[in-house]
Amino acid sequence: MFMIFGYPVALLFGQLLLGLINGAFYALLSLGLAIIFGMLNIINFAHGALFMVGAFVAWMLQNYLGLDYWWALILSPLIVGAFAVVLEKTVICRLYRIDHLYGLLLTFGLALILEGLFRNEYGSSGLPYRIPQALSGGANLGFMFMPLYRGWVVLVAVVTCLAVWLVIEKTSIGAKLRAATENPGLVQAFGVNVPRMITLTYAAGVALAAFAGVLAAPIYSVNPNMGSNLIIVVFAVVVIGGMGSILGSIVTGFGLGVAEGLTKVFYPQASATVIFVVMVIVLLARPAGLFGKAA
Amino acid sequence: MFEVKGLEAWYGESHVLHGVDFQVGEGEVVTLLGRNGAGKTTTMKSIMGLVPRRRGSIIYKGRETVKMRPDEVAKSGIAICPEERGIFAGLNVTENLMLPPVIGPGGLDLPTIYALFPNLKERAASQGTKLSGGEQQMLAIGRILRTGAKFLLLDEPTEGLAPVIVQQIGRTIRELRTRGFTVLLVEQNFRFAATVADRHYVMEHGRVIDMIPNSEIEAKMDKLHEYLGV
Ligand SMILES: Nc1ncnc2c1ncn2[C@@H]1O[C@H](COP(=O)(O)OP(=O)(O)OP(=O)(O)O)[C@@H](O)[C@H]1O
Ligand SMILES: [Mg+2]
Repeated sequence: MFMIFGYPVALLFGQLLLGLINGAFYALLSLGLAIIFGMLNIINFAHGALFMVGAFVAWMLQNYLGLDYWWALILSPLIVGAFAVVLEKTVICRLYRIDHLYGLLLTFGLALILEGLFRNEYGSSGLPYRIPQALSGGANLGFMFMPLYRGWVVLVAVVTCLAVWLVIEKTSIGAKLRAATENPGLVQAFGVNVPRMITLTYAAGVALAAFAGVLAAPIYSVNPNMGSNLIIVVFAVVVIGGMGSILGSIVTGFGLGVAEGLTKVFYPQASATVIFVVMVIVLLARPAGLFGKAA
Repeated sequence: MFEVKGLEAWYGESHVLHGVDFQVGEGEVVTLLGRNGAGKTTTMKSIMGLVPRRRGSIIYKGRETVKMRPDEVAKSGIAICPEERGIFAGLNVTENLMLPPVIGPGGLDLPTIYALFPNLKERAASQGTKLSGGEQQMLAIGRILRTGAKFLLLDEPTEGLAPVIVQQIGRTIRELRTRGFTVLLVEQNFRFAATVADRHYVMEHGRVIDMIPNSEIEAKMDKLHEYLGV
């Protein structure tokens, strides 16, 4: 067996892959949070719960309607996104003129309600969701065994993050979005329907979470707590990357996933806390985060 | 074509406009003059719907706009170049220029805008806020010429700029007039205003207190000095 620094290569790459998988979810979720925060100035504490709802919708589509994974990948973000539109238009839109603290409380409350509803209905032991036929099995890469589905998740997450980044940085819609995060009043005075843009931005960020939820369903069991377990780390990622920074959330998401994976190899005792240690160091050195602009 | 009647506006508790009345005819260049704090900028913002609360009547092309949202006002054909210029730091010059959506026919095309403001073309890829003050002002004016809006609100476009640039902006405003734009211009500098405008309204304490046709500005110079405290 090959060794690097006295560690088996297969173990190293195995943890690296696991880190990339976790990083994929950190990146997708923190990206959605960043978009929402930039436009709405709200930290969406319901994000983890909506990720969980995305996974449950995939499960329901399969078990109640017989629609497979590929349908879920499209339909779940649309369904949960539509729910987000309703949410924004009925409750979240009332928060913009008042203290940020209320946004935090409201979205946190929403998360508790959503998780409670699903726990009531489906219990908390978790429901199985099959890996789609085409992606089951794996490939022997020589130095390690690569489960196909995990490779797929990393690939899809990277492509999705890049696509979102390109839309925001390089298109005219993205330019409107960036302008509206700076000065929404003036953008609206140029004839852009900013309130509608805000609604759609929230929906897009939430749809991204639901999409991540569908990707996660075959890996983790579908259960009401899957979001709240993840979201704590995602908030640390957001803080490290820099609140509201698009590129920051992507790079930091993947980077910290990998850091976490490697820590499992070299110093397993610290793997659960390494991200928070990084957070403390970053906050001390750069309070606005790695990619954040100092206020 | 454009008429403001009994316009009042508030920022929170503070009542800033107390019944502003004036009119602008199609193709005219009209200024609002007045001391600091007279309510000129607030009048411009009230027209666009950018103040928290307003009341009265603002009629543009026969339509009452005082209850419209800012984007609806913009779509009716009014565009603003704000006092603070409003150049976006997160956008480069081209993106800033292309930001306001086209709301109708009759806007200038990019080559024409670049001909009016050659500096903008050279700096196309620069970050918007990295431009000089004068260039930022040109960008702020240039970007509202594309949209097809024919009624332009320019809030102190010459503020703090070098004389050559002030002259360039003066030429631009006269050029816009010949192209059929209507302009409402806020100015502190009435000597500059006299070189571009047809008529002048004088504001004080949130009201319009006088109207002076440009032809009478020489004769009323003493009165103007008194109004503006210069
Ligand atoms: N955002 C605001 N909140 C509260 N009061 C304001 C605000 N903006 C302006 N005011 C007040 O409203 C009044 C009118 O201000 P406005 O900016 O319209 O004056 P102005 O004529 O444009 O002055 P200047 O020539 O200095 O630009 C002033 O007394 C000002 O202090
Ligand atoms: Mg002003």
